Amino acid sequence: MAHLTAPPQLLTTTLGKAMRWSQQQSMWPATFGLACCAIEMMATGTAHNDLARFGMEVFRASPRQADLMVVAGRVSQKMAPVLRQVYDQMADPKWVISMGACASTGGMFNNYALVQGVDQIVPVDVYVPGCPPGPQSLMHGILTLQDKVMSGELAR
Amino acid sequence: MMAEPTSTTDVWVSGTEAPEVSEWMVAGTDEGAQEMERDETIERGVEQRGARVVDDWVVDDTVDDEERMIVNMGPQHPSTHGVLRLNIELEGEIVRRVKPIIGYLHTGMEKTAETLTYLQGGTNVTRMDYLAPLQNELCYSLAVEKLLGVEIPPRAQAIRILMTELNRVSSHLVATATNGMDIGALSMMMYGFRERELILAFFEKTTGLRMNHNYIRPGGVAADLPDGWEEDVAEILERIPRAMADYEDLLKENPIWIGRTRGVGIITADECLAYGVTGPTLRAAGVPWDLRKAQPYSGIEAYDFDVVTGSRGDVYDRYRVRIGEMHQSLRIVEQVAAAMPRGDYKTGDRKVSPPPRQRIDESMEALIHHFKIYTEGFKVPAGETYVAIEAPRGELGCYLVSDGSGAPLRMHTRAPSFSNLQALPIMMADSLVADTVACIASLDPVMGDVDR
Repeated sequence: MAHLTAPPQLLTTTLGKAMRWSQQQSMWPATFGLACCAIEMMATGTAHNDLARFGMEVFRASPRQADLMVVAGRVSQKMAPVLRQVYDQMADPKWVISMGACASTGGMFNNYALVQGVDQIVPVDVYVPGCPPGPQSLMHGILTLQDKVMSGELAR
Repeated sequence: MMAEPTSTTDVWVSGTEAPEVSEWMVAGTDEGAQEMERDETIERGVEQRGARVVDDWVVDDTVDDEERMIVNMGPQHPSTHGVLRLNIELEGEIVRRVKPIIGYLHTGMEKTAETLTYLQGGTNVTRMDYLAPLQNELCYSLAVEKLLGVEIPPRAQAIRILMTELNRVSSHLVATATNGMDIGALSMMMYGFRERELILAFFEKTTGLRMNHNYIRPGGVAADLPDGWEEDVAEILERIPRAMADYEDLLKENPIWIGRTRGVGIITADECLAYGVTGPTLRAAGVPWDLRKAQPYSGIEAYDFDVVTGSRGDVYDRYRVRIGEMHQSLRIVEQVAAAMPRGDYKTGDRKVSPPPRQRIDESMEALIHHFKIYTEGFKVPAGETYVAIEAPRGELGCYLVSDGSGAPLRMHTRAPSFSNLQALPIMMADSLVADTVACIASLDPVMGDVDR
């Protein structure tokens, strides 16, 4: 509804706010499915739950194109260096969501094989509880991250 | 092939002077730089295992070395279904040899099982093959019950069949969906997961969780079916066949789908048998082997269903077999739902199952009994057993050794994905590199099942 007589279409904001807003609104996750949680992550991205509503459905196969790593599942000692390498390959700014009990703390597997919490390897911004967390939980985690980015708490 | 260490001096202890790196250490420690197996070692291994299969490829020394290339795929790759890693030896566009490298999801579950009581064990096994959690629980429970020698009431058996067959449908839905996505049929991904949500909603209502249920336990099931389950099952039986007709429209005669799957990733029946391949992959090669018919469990012999087989053993046939199996599973579900027996959903054997809830309120002994079962667990007579069932991916076996205590001495799982994965090099030899993802997807490996 543009009118010739309308006032100039201007919006004033601060640079920081504009940056945070754009960071928040199109955060592309890297596909980093490891175990059970990866299936729920796929369920979150597909038709029924539709992550596209939050501008995050573009799961990127290459870490170079991703802003967010969702560590979905248990991280074994053998996988840990790979995970760290993928994280290092991601371009700044970048965030990490630790999805599920195994990624957050090792979960029920307190043994020789698993890294007891992915925060030992990479800095985690949001932990999503559950075993596995349902799509709603993951979406809540993602929205929490978006809120925190917008509020400046986790803005990079 | 890795040689056995000849003497103890070959083992290097940290802090001492590093020994000369012998051949077996290189092979054992550095997979990335490891050479592909030489042909004579393969030959020898095949003969030792008695698994001679026709391998028509011979090393062609006339090919320029510049043309040969080893490409690494995974473990972080969107089409390897988890954390599978492949070393692929290419000659131009042709895949010559493939070496799967596993262990990136090794969770030490078999060891963890030794620290959990028999009742807790279900929480562990359900996380192995996370697309077929109920089958894992059933297999484990059957093994424990075989050692215990307890009788399972008919209603519990019928519930187990109902739940596992629904689980087979949901697992095959994911297999078909991801198979579609890997080849580029993205709508299949959306459809498959849409219908899976329907089954998962029923699972959540019944078991409390969408996945990793710990619902089927030694002695029966954790809870009775919820009120109104008949309507839920009726809705599943109505909606899923309708949706599957959509998939058929989408894929069955789709020239692109046929072009990408027909004649791709062929494995013959003999090769399947030699490598211990089971499940839809074996049946697609034309062998009508289904443990539900061959070694029936939980009263599945009472229901009417067919074993679906293919003839060519290619990716397309595997897709057809899975679609057919979904129909057959729904047939079983329909029969189970129609003839659901009344009665208890767990065994009345008080050594195994806790007293009913109302008894706990009125009796101190019942409370103690309940407490003992959930803290110490029940004792299982010493012995060993092997039980196998037909999981969506093939023969799922549980080998259990008990020393008479409340926790297993050893638990080993015969994982269908693990055995099936061995067939990948056979399947992919001499195929195009673009068919790699089609082959992997058609095997439907679950890395949680492979590595455990």
